[in-house]
Amino acid sequence: MRTIEVSKVTEALKEMCFEANHYLSGDMKKALETACDREASPIGKQVLDQLKENLVIAGKDRIPICQDTGMAVVFIKIGQQVQFIGGDLEEAIHEGIRQGYVDGFLRKSVVGDPLIRENTKDNTPAVIHYSIVPGDQVSLTLAPKGFGSENMSRIFMLKPAEGIEGVKEAVLTAVKDAGPNACPPMVVGVGIGGTFEKCALMAKEALTRPVDERSSIPYIREMEEELLEKINRSGIGPGGLGGTTTALAVNINTYATHIAGLPVAINICCHVNRHALRVL
Amino acid sequence: MTKHIQLPISDQDAAGLRAGDYVYLSGILFTARDAAHKRMQETLERGEDLPIKLEHNLLYYMGPSPAREGRPIGSAGPTTSSRMDKYTPDLMDLGLKGMIGKGKRSPAVKEALIRNKGVYFAAVGGAGALLSKAILSSEVIAYEDLGTEAIRKLEVKEFPVIVVMDSEGNDLYETAVKEYSCDEK
Repeated sequence: MRTIEVSKVTEALKEMCFEANHYLSGDMKKALETACDREASPIGKQVLDQLKENLVIAGKDRIPICQDTGMAVVFIKIGQQVQFIGGDLEEAIHEGIRQGYVDGFLRKSVVGDPLIRENTKDNTPAVIHYSIVPGDQVSLTLAPKGFGSENMSRIFMLKPAEGIEGVKEAVLTAVKDAGPNACPPMVVGVGIGGTFEKCALMAKEALTRPVDERSSIPYIREMEEELLEKINRSGIGPGGLGGTTTALAVNINTYATHIAGLPVAINICCHVNRHALRVL
Repeated sequence: MTKHIQLPISDQDAAGLRAGDYVYLSGILFTARDAAHKRMQETLERGEDLPIKLEHNLLYYMGPSPAREGRPIGSAGPTTSSRMDKYTPDLMDLGLKGMIGKGKRSPAVKEALIRNKGVYFAAVGGAGALLSKAILSSEVIAYEDLGTEAIRKLEVKEFPVIVVMDSEGNDLYETAVKEYSCDEK
């Protein structure tokens, strides 16, 4: 049994809030650069140039990449040989987000009740997804999620007879409906299978996979590539102002499902597809 | 076409802009997003005066991140405009000349733009660090309790935007996307 102080979780998350909101991962930066070189529309190219310049300013001057520094989504994978000591783990996670957002000059975008809508003023609570895995390590992924793109996400409970074509159509429909609202070029996270909530969670987790890493399942990899090409033929373009770069990647995760169902969730992320990773 | 426009915007300038124009804005504008719009609507329903003058002014749909020491503002890019669609036609009929945001607008907003010879600009979504560099000063002038959603008066210099919808009913989102779409034409 390995013991870990919960304060280590707080410390790590605090740093990760700053990191994720000021620096994009290498794969995202590279994807934006490649897109800029290939973009056919002059306006589209100008938008992509602005996005590249924006990343430089964000890192250099410590200004968040986007003012919507998101609702904090935390994936925590806990090795089954780990015992947490020194306090309540869940409170330690919220405290990391609290310190990260308050001390880090990040925007507080969370309301405590969805209908009464009073701002909690410290960006808590986080949305936390726990899983128990073999081993004695704890892996933390922080994905601050902006709502311009979150609002354009969709879930479809398809019939099994609709098959792979139905799935593709669902993804393309969600992307086309999102259009300029989701701050393209987007990253499209897709969950196929499971139950209603499982496929939504898979779509969210798919967004944390590097954009240059394809699915290990051959036919899913093909579908990722085909959908990306189709999305980029839609004409939506950077900023929705027309062009050949509408998405940077389509990441699909799958799971077993019921004989009667074919759930598909599409979680759309803007070009500020932020995540930070730490292993404790 | 690239244009440089002084704010508050004149009737002539607003009516003369066309979808697709690149525009650099300089002068004063005001921010308001979801919660501020709701409050303004409630204020009007009570028959009271709004905290800002709408005539010839622009509203920027933006809630900034906090400013670091020595800076006027934090990250300051546009939020999705369609959430304000419900309120926009009334505000335009009261004199509001234009809006800066991102994303599609409702048919009612397009009609209000034509009726009032107004203009809808998009700023690049997700470029908040870059856009903050064009903001010289920021002052909360109403609804301070709303935090990032308070109404702010901004002084901007060469703030980069693009005209998406104009007073003749043109919509760049529709025309530009068609131009680059490889789907059935």
